[in-house]
Amino acid sequence: MKALTSALLYLDGVTVSFDGFKALNNLSFAIAAGEMRAIIGPNGAGKTTMMDVVTGKTRPELGDVIFDGRHNLTRLDETEIAELGIGRKFQKPTVFDSHTVLDNIELALKSDRRASAALWWRESVGERRRIDEIMEIIRLTAVRGRRAGSLSHGQKQWLEIGMLLAQEPKLLLVDEPVAGMTDAETQQTAELLKEINRDRTVVVVEHDMAFVRDLHVKVTCLHEGSVLAEGTIDQVSANERVVEVYLGR
Amino acid sequence: MTHILIRSLDRGATIFLIVVAAIAIAVPVLNLALPDSAALHVPTYLVSLFGKYACYALLALSIDLVWGFCGILSLGHGAFFALGGYAMGMYLMRQIGTRGVYADPLLPDFMVFLNWKHLPVYWYGFQHFPYAALMVVLVPGVLAFVFGWFAFRSRVSGVYLSIITQALTFALMLGFFRNNFGFGGNNGLTDFKDILGFNVEAKTTRAALFSVSCVAIMLGFLLCRAVITSKFGKVLIAIRDAEARTRFLGYRVESYKLLVFTLSACMAGIAGALYVPQVGIINPSEFAPANSIEAVIWVAVGGRGTLTGAVLGAVLVNYAKTFFTTGALAPYWLFMLGGLFIAVTLLLPRGVVGTLRHWTAPWRDRASAAAEDGVTEPLPAE
Repeated sequence: MKALTSALLYLDGVTVSFDGFKALNNLSFAIAAGEMRAIIGPNGAGKTTMMDVVTGKTRPELGDVIFDGRHNLTRLDETEIAELGIGRKFQKPTVFDSHTVLDNIELALKSDRRASAALWWRESVGERRRIDEIMEIIRLTAVRGRRAGSLSHGQKQWLEIGMLLAQEPKLLLVDEPVAGMTDAETQQTAELLKEINRDRTVVVVEHDMAFVRDLHVKVTCLHEGSVLAEGTIDQVSANERVVEVYLGR
Repeated sequence: MTHILIRSLDRGATIFLIVVAAIAIAVPVLNLALPDSAALHVPTYLVSLFGKYACYALLALSIDLVWGFCGILSLGHGAFFALGGYAMGMYLMRQIGTRGVYADPLLPDFMVFLNWKHLPVYWYGFQHFPYAALMVVLVPGVLAFVFGWFAFRSRVSGVYLSIITQALTFALMLGFFRNNFGFGGNNGLTDFKDILGFNVEAKTTRAALFSVSCVAIMLGFLLCRAVITSKFGKVLIAIRDAEARTRFLGYRVESYKLLVFTLSACMAGIAGALYVPQVGIINPSEFAPANSIEAVIWVAVGGRGTLTGAVLGAVLVNYAKTFFTTGALAPYWLFMLGGLFIAVTLLLPRGVVGTLRHWTAPWRDRASAAAEDGVTEPLPAE
C-alpha cells in the first residue's frame, strides 16, 4: 500500500467523547519519524486519552490515526498495535509486580508473541546479551533478581522504560515518566530519553516544565482536546493563550 | 524434553512427587499385603475414600492452574469434572452387557426402562476403552474451548466470568436431569460391574484405582509445573497481575487464557473419570454449582498459586467434610465450610502452603529462589 503521509504518526480530526464531554475535540497533529515530541497541557486536556486512542485502548468516534503512512490504528486492537511497533509507558508505573526485574524485561523482549511459541521458548545467547545490555542502560543490574513489586517508585519507572526498550518499538509513548522522581532521577531520565531518541521516535507527555525544557524538543500544548500551540518551549510558554490556560483567569 | 523436566523440578516439587509416589505404593501394599488384624492395615473403605480425595486433588490442581496463575476464577470446573465422569460412566455402563436387570446386551437398563429401542448415536463407541478415554479429555476440552473462545474474546473477566461459569454448570445440570437427554436422568449412571475386565468392587481394583489416581496427580502436577515455569507461564502470571499491560506488550491475552483454560478443563475431566469407578455412580448432582464453589474453597484453603497447596487443601477439606458429616455435627457442615472460607480469607489469605512459604522465605533467600524459577505466589485473593 502506498504511504498516505510521510509522518510516522498522524492524527487527523480525532474526536472522543465520554457522556457528552469531549475529551478529544477534532485533534490533529503529526509526528515525524525520528522526532522527539513533548506534549503538555493542563489536567483534562486529553493527553492520556490521546495515548489511549493511539494504542487502541479507546476507539475514537471520528477521525483517523495513521501510523507509518499505512496503518489506520483506529481499526486495530491493542495487541495488533503493539505488534506494529508502538510501545507505551503508563502514567502510573505498571510492571509485573510478582515477576523479577529480569523476567519483566524478558517478557517485554521482542519475540514471537504467540502462545505456542511461548510454551517451547528457550532463551538464546543473543537474547541474554540484549537483556544484560538493557539492565545496564536502566541501571538495574544489581537488583535484577528482585521482585519488581519491591522496587522503589523511580526504579519501577526505569524498569518500565527498559521494558519499552526491550520491545524495540518504532514509536514510544511515554506518559509522565518523571512523576514522583527526585531531581537527580529526573535529569537522568531526560538523558535516557534523549539516548533512546537516537534511533526511535518518542512522544513524551509531561507536566514537569523543567523536565520538558531539559529535553530541548518541539512542544505541543493541548487544551480541551485540541492543539492550542506548537513550537519550541520558549515559543509555547510565551504564547498568551497558553499562559491563560495554565494560570486560569 | 530434559530441560523442561529440570526446570519444572525445584526442591519443593521433587519432595511433593516423592511423597505422592510413596503414598501411591504404600497404601495399596498396606491394604493388600497385611492381614486385616495388623495394626498398619489400611481398610478398603479408606482406600476408596482417599482415592476419591485424590480425584478431588487433581480437580483442585486444574483450578489452581487457571485461578492461581492466570487469575481466571472459574466457578464451573465441576462441569468439566462431571463430563469426564459421564464419559467414563458410559464406558462402564456398556461393560455391564447382559448382567443388567433387563439383560439387554446393548441397551443400558435405564434405556430399556424408558422403552427405548435403539442405542443413541452418541453412545456408540463407548464400549471401547480407548475411545471413552479420548472422550474423557475431548468433551470437557471442546466445551471449555468453545466457551472460552466466546468469553475471552469478548473480554469477559473477573466476577462476570465467574458468574457465567456458574451458569454453564447449572445449565448442564438441568440438561442431565432430563430423561430424554439420554444419560439416565436424575439417577445417572450406576451399577457398574467391570473396568477393563476387572471387577470394580474388588479390593485389588480399588487399590489399583487409588494408585492410578495418585499417578494422575503426579502427572498433572508435573504438567502444571512445566507450564508455569515456561515463558507461557510467565505470561499467564503477567496477565493475572496486569492484563492491560500484557496486551500493550503485544501478547494476545485471549489465546493464552483459552489455551490454559482448555488444558485445565481436560485435567478436570480426567479427575472426574477416575472418580466415577471409585464411587460407583455419576449423576447430575455432580454438576451442582455448589460443588464447583467448594472446589475453589479447597484451593483457597491450601494456598492459591502454589499447586501443592491445592492438593493439600482438597484432601484436608474433604477429610474434614467426611469427619464432620458422619457425626452429630452433620447439619452444620455447610456453615463450617462457609466459616472456613471466611476465616481463610481474613486470617490466612495466602492459604496454608502460601503462608508456610511466606514464613520460611527469609531462610530460603527469597531473591535467588525467585530468580531461579521465576514463579511466585500471587498476592492475597482479589
